[in-house]
Amino acid sequence: MTLVKLRCQQAELPCSKTESCYRWSGRCDETFNLAKQTVMNSLRPSPRWVLQFVVIVILLYGVIYPNVDTIVASLQRDGRWTLANYLDLLSQRLALEAILTSIGVSIATVLLCALIGIPLAFLFERYTFPGRNVFATLAALPLVLPPLVGTVAFIFLCGESGILARVVQRALHLQSPPWSLRGWGALLLFHAYTMYPFFYVLTGAGLRRIDGGLAEAGRSLGAKPLRVLFRIVLPQLTPSLIAAGLLTFMTSMASFSAPLLFGGNVRVLTLEIFNARQRGDQSMALTETVVLAVISLGALLLFQRYEGTRKFAAAAMKGAPRRQRPIAKGRTRLLAFLIGVLCSTFLALPVATLLLASFARDGQWTTQTLPPAYTLANYVRILTEKSGSAVFFNSLSMSAIAALAALFWSFCVVTLATTIKRRVMRRLLALLILVPWALPGTVVAVSIAEAYGQPSLLLGSFILVGTFWILPVIYFLRFMPLVVRALQASMEQIDPALPEAAGSLGANWWQRFRRVSLPLAGPGAIAGTLLAFVIALGEYVASVLVFVPKNRPVSIAIASELRDFNLGSAAAYGVVLMVVIAVTMIVATRLERNSTAL
Amino acid sequence: MPLLTINKISKRYERTPAVKDVSLDVERGEFFGLLGPSGCGKTTTLRMIAGLEKPDSGTIVFAGRDITSLTPEARGFGMVFQNYALFPHLNVLENVAFGLRARHKAKSEVTQRVALALELVQLPGYEKRNVGELSGGQQQRIAIARAIAIEPALLLFDEPLSNLDVTLREETRSELRELVTRLGLTAVYVTHDQEEAFALCDRISVLAAGIVLQTETPRELYEHPAGVTVARFLGRNNLLRAMRLSSMKTELGEFRTLDGRHNLRLPVKPGDLPPLNQPCTLSIRPEHVLLSRGNTQIDENVFPAVVREIQFAGATSIIKLDADGLLLEALVLRSDEFALNDSCKVALPAGRIALLKD
Repeated sequence: MTLVKLRCQQAELPCSKTESCYRWSGRCDETFNLAKQTVMNSLRPSPRWVLQFVVIVILLYGVIYPNVDTIVASLQRDGRWTLANYLDLLSQRLALEAILTSIGVSIATVLLCALIGIPLAFLFERYTFPGRNVFATLAALPLVLPPLVGTVAFIFLCGESGILARVVQRALHLQSPPWSLRGWGALLLFHAYTMYPFFYVLTGAGLRRIDGGLAEAGRSLGAKPLRVLFRIVLPQLTPSLIAAGLLTFMTSMASFSAPLLFGGNVRVLTLEIFNARQRGDQSMALTETVVLAVISLGALLLFQRYEGTRKFAAAAMKGAPRRQRPIAKGRTRLLAFLIGVLCSTFLALPVATLLLASFARDGQWTTQTLPPAYTLANYVRILTEKSGSAVFFNSLSMSAIAALAALFWSFCVVTLATTIKRRVMRRLLALLILVPWALPGTVVAVSIAEAYGQPSLLLGSFILVGTFWILPVIYFLRFMPLVVRALQASMEQIDPALPEAAGSLGANWWQRFRRVSLPLAGPGAIAGTLLAFVIALGEYVASVLVFVPKNRPVSIAIASELRDFNLGSAAAYGVVLMVVIAVTMIVATRLERNSTAL
Repeated sequence: MPLLTINKISKRYERTPAVKDVSLDVERGEFFGLLGPSGCGKTTTLRMIAGLEKPDSGTIVFAGRDITSLTPEARGFGMVFQNYALFPHLNVLENVAFGLRARHKAKSEVTQRVALALELVQLPGYEKRNVGELSGGQQQRIAIARAIAIEPALLLFDEPLSNLDVTLREETRSELRELVTRLGLTAVYVTHDQEEAFALCDRISVLAAGIVLQTETPRELYEHPAGVTVARFLGRNNLLRAMRLSSMKTELGEFRTLDGRHNLRLPVKPGDLPPLNQPCTLSIRPEHVLLSRGNTQIDENVFPAVVREIQFAGATSIIKLDADGLLLEALVLRSDEFALNDSCKVALPAGRIALLKD
C-alpha cells in the first residue's frame, strides 16, 4: 500500500509535520524546511547555477507562462483588454449553474466521504477482529483505480443495464430497470466510492499519530468515552480531517469522467470547459478554466492559512503507542466482521464486474444478467491488433518519460531548495511546484494548449500541440509534485546527523550524497515515481482534450470503445491497465519493505 | 602551545544567541569536557569545532592553523554523535570503513584498520553484522570505532553515553577513558552529567546560557566554584546569603548570615573581599558540614540546630537542619545517631567555606 500512503501524504500540505521536523526546527511552517537542513551539508558546494537554470526554465515554460497566458487570454477579446468574457460567463445561466453545481457536488462529496471514511478508519485502526488486515488493505483500493476505469466498472455493475439492476429487475419481475445510473445520485455514489479513501487513510494516519496517553489522561480525569472522543481525539484529528476534506474537494472539482459518463443533466465546470472546446468557443473555455483554477487554488490557500495557525506541539510522543483493542463481545465482533465483509464486497465488486465483462463476447451480452458467452477474443484483439498494442505502447512510454523526468526534476528541486537562503524564495518555489498539482487536469491541459497551440513567445514557431510530446509534458507537469513531495518526505526522514557523520569522517558532498542521502532517500523517491507513473497510465481528463492519433493513450481507447458499445473490449483495456498498475504497486511495496527493513 | 584554541566564537540561531564569545584552550593529549545544562550552547560549540556549524564571529585554531571556515571533511576530526548516527543501510564493516573509503585507502589497509578498530572497542568479528541488530551499547562502540578508525587529529563526543542505561554507562565510561589515553588522542567531550564529566575529563568548562563560566580541573571546580551558577550546577551545595561585617583582620573575613544571623569567619584574600554591608553568597558542601550531639573540637562557626528531615540513601544520609531559620544540609555516613527534632550542634569549618562571585 505504499502508493496509497504516498498519495495521501501529498495531502498534508504544506508540511508533512513529521515529528523530526518539530524536533529539528522547533517550528514547522515551511515546505522544504527540514529537507534543507538535511541536504544542506551534503551538497554544500553544489553546481548551483545549473540547477537554478533547469528549475527556472522548467517552471517558466511549464507553470508560469501557460497560466499567465491563459489568464491574459481570458481577459482579452479581439486583441483588446476587456472583462467581456467574464461578463458573458456571468450572464449565461448555464455557466453559472455549472459553477454552483461543481461546488455543490464537491461539498456533498466531502460530507459523504467523511461520513463513510472516518467511522471506517476508527473501526479498522482502533479494533482488531477476524479479517481486519485484509479489509483494512482493501479499503484503500479505489485510490489507485484510474477514474475512467472505475467509471466503466460502475456502469457494468450499477448502470441501468448493469448486473445489479438486472438482478433486482429479475427478482421483482419489473418491466423496466429499477433505477438509472444518471444524475446527482449516481455521481455522488461514484465520488463516494473513489474518494472516501482520502478520509479513511488520513484519519487512520492521524489516529496512529495521536498520543494514546492523552486519551488515557482524559479518562483518568473522569471524562466519559464520548467526551474524550469529542474533546481530545477529534480536535487532534482536525489537521488530518481538513487535509482529507481539501483533497476530496479538489479531486471532486476536477472530476471529469464520472460527470461525462453518467452525470446526466448535472452540469459541472470541467464538463462545460470540455463542451466549450468541442464547440470551438475558445474564450469561454479559457474563462471557465480560470474560474475553476481560482476555486481550486483558493481552497488550497485557505487550507494553508488554516495550517499556519493551527499547530500542535505534539513533539514529545513518548510512552506506549495506542494499542489496537480486540473486540471481545461475540455480537459486536460479528457486526464488525460483517461491516468488513460488506465494505470489501462493495469495493471489490466493480473490479470483479470489469473482469467478468472483459470476457464477454462483444454484442452478445444484451438482456441477460450475466454474459451468456465467454471468450478471450477481446484480449486477443486489443493485444494483437496494431491499434490496440500501439495504445499501450503510447501510454507506457509517455508515462515512463514523464515519471523519469519527474524523478530527475525532483532531485533538482529538492537540492536547489536546500541552497536557497531566503525564506520568501523557498516559499515561492514550493508554491509554483504545487500549482500544477492543485489545478484540475482540465485546467493544466487547456492552459498548455492555449500557450503552445500557436507560435509563442517562448518556443518561437514551434507548436507543441499536435505533437507526440504534448501528453508527456502534461503528465510530467501534473504529476511531478507527487514525486517532489515523496522525495522531500524521505529526505525529511533522514536523521540530519547521518550526512554530518559522513562529513566528519571525511566524505565530500558528492560522497555524502551518493553513499548516504541517495541510498536512504532513493526508495521513497522511486516509490513516488512509480505512483506518478501509475496515475499517468490511466490519465484521461487532460488527455482527452489534447491527444492526437500519434499519442493516443489507453484511456482514450477505452472511451472510444465504450462509445462504440464494444463493452468487452473496453473492459479488457481496463483489466490490462489494472494488471500493470497492480504489478507496479507490488514492486513499490517491495521497495518500501526493503527500505524500512534497514 | 595548545593544540586547539577557540577564540571568542559566537553563534546565533535566528534571533536567539546560542554561544557568546566562548574561548577555550585544549592541550595535546587532554580529555576536555564541556559541561552545562541543556540549551547552554555546549553542543553548538562542539559542532563549530567539528565544522558542522560556522561561527558568526571568532576563530578556531588547530595546531597553529586557522580552521574556522574549513569544511567538516577537511578537518579530519572524529565525532561520536548522541544517537550514534550509524548508517542504517550499511553493515558494521561498511560503517567503520566509511571514513577510510572516503579517503580512498587500499582495500587491504581498510580491512586491517577496521579489524583493529573493532578490536579496540572489544567487538572483534562483528564486521558482517547489521547495525540494526546490535544492542545500544554495541552500537555505541561501533560509533566510537568508526570515529577512531580514521585516526582523528581530535576526537569529539556529543553526549555519547546518554542513551545507555546506568550500569552500562559507567562501564563504557571507564573503557572510553582508557581507550583514549592508550591511543594518545585528544578529546573534547560534551555532557550534561556532572558525575560523568568528573570521572572522564582532565579539565572541564562549565557553560550556561552560551557563556563559559569557569574552566578548571574537576576537583577545583567542585571545591572552589567561581560563581553561584557553577556551585548550584555541580552537585548538592549549601548556599548561604550573608553580609560582610567590618573587620580589622584582613586575613579572615567576617560575615553574618541573613537567615539566622549567625556569625561566620572564613579566610578571604584581600583582593576578593566583597564590599561592606552588601549581600553576598557563601557555599559549603553538605559533606563538609559537621554535626555532633555534644561539644565539638572545632570552636569556630559553631551554632545550635534542629534536625528537620532525614533522607536515607544507603551508604550515606542527608540530614536537613534548621539553625534559627538558616536551612542547611549535611551529608553523614551514619544517620542512626539522629532522630527528627533532635537538637544538635553544627560546625562549618572555615577552610571549607567558599565565597562566591555572583
